[in-house]
Amino acid sequence: MATPQIRTGAAPRNPSSRGFVYLPLIAGWLVPGAGHFLLRKWGRGVLLATSIIGMFALGIGMNGKLHANAHDILDLLGLVGDLGNGLLYFVSRALSLGADQVQVTTGDYGTRFIVVAGLLNVIAAVDAHNLRTGRKSA
Amino acid sequence: MLRPSHFTAVVLFALCASIVFGITQRETPRKMVRYGAYCFVLFVGAAIVLSWVMFLIAR
Repeated sequence: MATPQIRTGAAPRNPSSRGFVYLPLIAGWLVPGAGHFLLRKWGRGVLLATSIIGMFALGIGMNGKLHANAHDILDLLGLVGDLGNGLLYFVSRALSLGADQVQVTTGDYGTRFIVVAGLLNVIAAVDAHNLRTGRKSA
Repeated sequence: MLRPSHFTAVVLFALCASIVFGITQRETPRKMVRYGAYCFVLFVGAAIVLSWVMFLIAR
């Protein structure tokens, strides 16, 4: 007697797609939009990459601060947000981009732009992971 | 160095965040566009309303 197949929300839609299931998540974190590119979602990947990289670049252009250490809880939260940018953060730190201290109002805007770009990149990477696992349909 | 006005910064922020929200929170392209536009209007609208509230409180 055949047993009924129960499909959970987390099951892959395409059983033939094998490989490392976390690859889109990690790629999407390291390079904005890369997770969607791996899943051949070209349009979404381009829009996500443009938005996140653009927001990060605007933040750097406004002389925003890249958090390098965590002296208190707010610095720690800023550092976590910045780390969400993946390679953008590490490359910018290596090139000494961004300000050490915020001295102008636009620098404060820029700091927020950089943190939010990181948080948006995490959302985009998780979305790529959900597409990969089948939790999100298309 | 870029020195946008506060409102320009709000619009740029809302634009980028709305695009990401639209793509990640909805499943079909039509719903993505609608939700992205909805988020954009809410971001900018809330900023304008709160600005007026703070202006009136400060007087």
